Amino acid sequence: MSFFEYAPAPESRSIVDIRSSYGLFIDGSFVDSVDGKTFKSVNPATEEQLAEVVEGSPADVDAAVAAARRAFDTVWGPMSGADRSKYLFRIARLIQERSRELAVLESLDNGKPIREARDVDLPLVAAHFFYYAGWADKLSHAGFGSDPRPLGVAAQVIPWNFPLLMLAWKIAPALACGNTVVLKPAETTPLTALLFAEICQQADLPPGVVNIVTGAGETGRALVEHPGVDKVAFTGSTEVGRAIARSVAGTRKRLTLELGGKAANIVFDDAPIDQAVEGIVNGIFFNQGHVCCAGSRLLVQESVQDSFLDALKRRMSLLRVGDPLDKNTDVGAINSAAQLARIRELSAVGEEEGASRWSPACELPDRGFWFAPTLFTGVSQAHRIAREEIFGPVLSVLTFRTPDEAVEKANNTPYGLSAGIWTEKGSRILAVADRLRAGVVWANTFNKFDPTSPFGGYKESGYGREGGRHGLEAYLA
Amino acid sequence: MTAVIQPTDLRAYLHGLPGVDKVGAEQRAAMLGTRSIKTTSKRAALDLAIRMVDLTTLEGADTPGKVRALCAKARHPGGDAPAVAAVCVYPSMVPVAAEALRGSGIHVASVATAFPSGQAPLPIKLADTRAAVRDGADEIDMVINRGAFLSGRYDQVFEEIVAVKEACGEAHLKVILETGELATYDNVRRASWLAMLAGGDFIKTSTGKVQPAATPAVTLVMLEAVRDFRAATGRIVGVKPAGGIRTAKDAIKYLVLVAETAGETWLDPDLFRFGASTLLNDLLLQRTKMATGRYSGPDYVTLD
Repeated sequence: MSFFEYAPAPESRSIVDIRSSYGLFIDGSFVDSVDGKTFKSVNPATEEQLAEVVEGSPADVDAAVAAARRAFDTVWGPMSGADRSKYLFRIARLIQERSRELAVLESLDNGKPIREARDVDLPLVAAHFFYYAGWADKLSHAGFGSDPRPLGVAAQVIPWNFPLLMLAWKIAPALACGNTVVLKPAETTPLTALLFAEICQQADLPPGVVNIVTGAGETGRALVEHPGVDKVAFTGSTEVGRAIARSVAGTRKRLTLELGGKAANIVFDDAPIDQAVEGIVNGIFFNQGHVCCAGSRLLVQESVQDSFLDALKRRMSLLRVGDPLDKNTDVGAINSAAQLARIRELSAVGEEEGASRWSPACELPDRGFWFAPTLFTGVSQAHRIAREEIFGPVLSVLTFRTPDEAVEKANNTPYGLSAGIWTEKGSRILAVADRLRAGVVWANTFNKFDPTSPFGGYKESGYGREGGRHGLEAYLA
Repeated sequence: MTAVIQPTDLRAYLHGLPGVDKVGAEQRAAMLGTRSIKTTSKRAALDLAIRMVDLTTLEGADTPGKVRALCAKARHPGGDAPAVAAVCVYPSMVPVAAEALRGSGIHVASVATAFPSGQAPLPIKLADTRAAVRDGADEIDMVINRGAFLSGRYDQVFEEIVAVKEACGEAHLKVILETGELATYDNVRRASWLAMLAGGDFIKTSTGKVQPAATPAVTLVMLEAVRDFRAATGRIVGVKPAGGIRTAKDAIKYLVLVAETAGETWLDPDLFRFGASTLLNDLLLQRTKMATGRYSGPDYVTLD
């Protein structure tokens, strides 16, 4: 047997106790829905049902917003920053203590590899709470006036690609600034948000400060359109983001949107090739490509195209696709049947439009939602796979001849969330980064996140910043 | 197919190699360190690692008795464990090792060329090498001239390696880069190519006398070099991390690095070695644990 076929090394799922059904988390406790409608959350790697979850109705949203308002008026709003920070520090520590449990649940519900949930998601989740805990008593020194005030009740709607991390990006700064929140997790990945609700109970967070209302699009709409909310924060598709912007227009609600992307990862001929290959792979195959800032377009300089693509294919052949709970898995399951259908559809379009498709030999499991890491070469700016967000493990390769051409192609997209530059020449990094219309530009690395660093988009990738000092602004008046 | 690359301008050639991004290289090595090697894979890895050990003693206090004891251990590490790849000693101890290992198939490796500093005139380095080969060494671990390398005299380093290779005759040549003194990964990549272009059969990280010795990231860069050198020339060069690898866990991480960087071709004692002394006992302890389900303890492996 080949050594590379590492024997199975599964993480035990017994560490997490998944209940058969969950209520909504409103006013500090789990409650049943007003009208009793439910839906199922499944494990995308096996299609097994994990738990039954409530589909929140407008009446449930009403109750949650009312609880948040009460908590804002009576407890959390008036509380001193120093006291709020104590709660946030406590939550951060509990997340660290229960990180294995949370990582396993995240992997089960989302399909992402346990290695990424364990080594990327959970450390960042805790770091976000620690970071914003530190800001809670220093807001008057953040550069937003001498006495910045919270906005009130924040309605937050998050996607399924990083369920707990997106929760942290939303809840930590909101709470640090003195707001209360009603958060709706994505319908395919509600479970870690509900476990987070248990952590809020464990931390003795005052009832109503954090409310979790599960559900699908209609629940989300009821939440963002609710007249009782002061602030809407959304991460997800540009299409839904547009609808939310329309519904919020003309109201007093403040809005931040973090939407799609079609990032260019630009490899110059003087790049550190081995690390660039790693970065491209990490840029698009990390989290199955379910990353809004994924480097889904590779722009490689023509003079190194052939050798670079050989190296990239060799590296892709090493990707281990399979059981997300196996500690050696690199690429897990696609999050849902619907997402898989979209990835398949766009890939088929790529072939129809004349691009060449390549995937390494890899055996995909029979059950569950799977898509092999895929590379398209011979892609031009006119192809749909170069323009539309696929949100899957599919990389489109384009070439360029000069730095100007690279910048032009990189910017030639309605999106502007992120970009990557690979070159050993420092002056080129600065010159190119300066001209890229993207909220985040990584140089000689990709998909690196830190709570101290703001994140957000240009153009149709949204507005507002999350993370860092800048992230406070969205929650302060 | 063996294409010979003979650069007319070594500096231009070596400085034309792609750079190494330090952060990225270290991250990749660290990520591969998280691979979880269990059950059957672990058993296979432990036995393979034992077969890759160059059991080493390089002390001023080495005596024929010490070397004989080490050779006995090399032949019979303990239980039904396989023999190691080689015993590595100073030139003066080569006759003793050659005698003790006769007929075992275990290689006799000798450091040479004014090990560990390499600070001696070339004729002395060559005489050192010839003496070791004459006395029975079939593998020579030479050190490169780091002073010449760091001052940019690549031709001198190259020519010394060529000369030592010639002095080796049939013996295999391992070229020690002493990566701890080269300091940057760019230098490690250049020195690796230099040693391979000059005819080295193996590239080896360290003497074990300088800190840091072998690290996963340095070994990663060297594994990339042998992989790319094979693609360019068809010739396969081995890799030997040496110094600081003490636990079975570390050794297995190196095997993962090999498998996922150079490829499984290199998972062979002819192409990958561990320069180590205390590593063997931990491999044996873990091997027993895999077989019996229990840890035995330090008194159940031999101390030589």
